[in-house]
Amino acid sequence: MSNETIDLKTRLVTDFYARESVMNGEASSAFHQKKRAALAEFDKLGFPTTRNEEWKYSNVKDLTSVLYNFNADSSITSADLEDLKIPSQEANILYFINGHYNAALSVFVSASSQIIIDSLQEAYKKDPVLINTYFNELVKDENDAFTALNTAFAQDGVFIHIPDNQTVEHPVILRFISDARVQNVGSQPRNIIAVGRNAHVKLAEAYRTLGNERSFTNTVTEIFVSEDAGVEYYKVQNESENAYHIGTTKVKMLDRSQFYSGTVTLNGRFTRNNLNIILDGERCEAHMYGLYFPDGVQHVDNHTVADHRKPNSESNELYKGILRDRSKGVFNGKIFVRPDAQKTNAFQSCKNIVLSTDATMNTKPQLEIFADDVKCSHGTTTGQIDEEALFYMRSRGISQSEAMALLMFAFCADVISQIRIDSVREYLEGVIAEKLASK
Amino acid sequence: MLSINELRASIEGKEILKGINLEIKPGEVHAIMGPNGSGKSTLASVLAGREEYEVTGGTVVFDGKEILDMAPEDRAAEGIFLAFQYPVEIPGVTTINFLKTAVNEIRKYKGESPLDAAQFLKMVREKAKLVSMNDSLLKRALNEGFSGGEKKRNEIFQMAVLEPKLAILDETDSGLDIDALRIVAEGVNSLRSPDRSAIVVTHYQRLLDYIVPDYVHVLYKGRIVKSGTKELAFELEEKGYDWIKAEVEAIG
Ligand SMILES: Nc1ncnc2c1ncn2[C@@H]1O[C@H](COP(=O)(O)OP(=O)(O)OP(=O)(O)O)[C@@H](O)[C@H]1O
Ligand SMILES: [Mg+2]
Repeated sequence: MSNETIDLKTRLVTDFYARESVMNGEASSAFHQKKRAALAEFDKLGFPTTRNEEWKYSNVKDLTSVLYNFNADSSITSADLEDLKIPSQEANILYFINGHYNAALSVFVSASSQIIIDSLQEAYKKDPVLINTYFNELVKDENDAFTALNTAFAQDGVFIHIPDNQTVEHPVILRFISDARVQNVGSQPRNIIAVGRNAHVKLAEAYRTLGNERSFTNTVTEIFVSEDAGVEYYKVQNESENAYHIGTTKVKMLDRSQFYSGTVTLNGRFTRNNLNIILDGERCEAHMYGLYFPDGVQHVDNHTVADHRKPNSESNELYKGILRDRSKGVFNGKIFVRPDAQKTNAFQSCKNIVLSTDATMNTKPQLEIFADDVKCSHGTTTGQIDEEALFYMRSRGISQSEAMALLMFAFCADVISQIRIDSVREYLEGVIAEKLASK
Repeated sequence: MLSINELRASIEGKEILKGINLEIKPGEVHAIMGPNGSGKSTLASVLAGREEYEVTGGTVVFDGKEILDMAPEDRAAEGIFLAFQYPVEIPGVTTINFLKTAVNEIRKYKGESPLDAAQFLKMVREKAKLVSMNDSLLKRALNEGFSGGEKKRNEIFQMAVLEPKLAILDETDSGLDIDALRIVAEGVNSLRSPDRSAIVVTHYQRLLDYIVPDYVHVLYKGRIVKSGTKELAFELEEKGYDWIKAEVEAIG
């Protein structure tokens, strides 16, 4: 090599082996062997280029062109984190600062008989065999460099287990904070959520950046939903103009279970969300809602999969976006209906408002149906603001900007109203109203 | 109050209004009738400030101010109100929230402080009663899924709340049953005063039994081709428009 610069990939691979060399006995564990295989996969795949069909409209060159400190210290205090005001008696709130669990900031309100919550590290120390039965089971075949990278470096994050028949009254809020006030920081949280039979829980992942240096978050969440269980899972991204976020959530649902998700991207330089749901049971119901709201040069990419493998289940998806300035949006929604999945109902809709001629939205619904007795529909729309409605409102004395704000807030409302953790929904309503008023 | 002089307007290069002249004094009600497609709604939209129409000539002075360069919201704040022929459905915005925003934006324009929630609700309840508007409609998304008659009633309700100086009613009577027609007309009449005026666009003399106009005009092919008093409306009801069309063609 003619110059001394080390690229991100090389640095990560080198770091992995350096760490491994000081691991002693643990290096031979089944857990570590999974990581080792993942590292090899990452090394082989490399970061994706736009020649990769899955990354056609999302170029990660910018993201991978600098180095990040994956072990950055942080002097964060609770005062820095007052934005998402959730009364602490109303939720279990876990903090992860630059990817590392912070016990001092975290609060628990639910009884341990109802829900077991541990940092992944802690949980692994307590019961390596149990963790190993879940770890990487859902995402091992993703064939995705970022997922493999996360697996290789998976260190911290959360392990949540809800025993059979428990309904957890208080939601669990996972707050991932990148403290980029002094340097470029990287984090790779890894979460495992195992929900027992007929158990019910509400969860939210909230991502936030402090400071203006770059942050790179590469996160993976695996969710196991047992028979008759119900899970609500929300992801809220309100990061900085220099935040790069790649996230994969993979869900496996068994008979008669229900899964609701809401993915809301308010801010961030570059965001890629993969939400991949396997309906591996009969009479399952999966609901996916999404909202994205990029401005400036922000880029938001949502890839979703509803994979119907058994008969009589239903998936229902609504994603909405408002794009301003020179922002870019991508939506790719796959629906698979496998040969066994007769009587599947699968609905998908993606609606966008593009407010500037420099903003672009790429939508691609992808239906692959191998069963004959199914009901599937999909539709995407990309349009401007409704001029008729705008004139109607203005003719009543409402200024153009206020009318736009009202119309856009209404456009967002049918996604936001689906978020059933009150404090999270109210927070989102506040941030959205503020964003709408800002232009 | 309103003085329209040689007003011309086109859309997509097609001239629709071809030199309209109309003078409305405070307190007067003017009815505008005319065959389909003659430009009645276009005139109403141009007065309210719809930007799709290109004004190619003429002036419109309202209350001493030239309004053609004003934004629609400013015209509304100055006191112009258009009851739409086809009210727009706006999902996700409740009627009540919409109106509260409108009232307070107009107050802001006038330099008045916003109404608080209690004052606003009290006022709205009174006005709703005036036009027998069901409370449940107020909480629903604006016009969404409203019946034709409910939409028209909602227009008059909004007018009652905003108390405009000049109300332009574009076929507010179409789609109303007999009782609703009377209620709507009563709503309009209750606003009549020496300093408020109205333009009532209609195809039917029936409405003018309730809202008695001072003048009746016939708009045809973008011009006012005949003006008279309320008797003209009876004549049109009886004879249709052919004789007027013939008169116009004869003049050339
Ligand atoms: N957006 C538009 N694009 C093209 N033509 C238009 C548009 N709006 C109106 N026009 C045309 O302008 C003419 C006048 O229409 P307008 O709606 O003003 O008629 P009107 O007198 O209100 O008719 P009606 O009694 O049926 O309500 C019609 O020929 C109509 O097709
Ligand atoms: Mg008309």
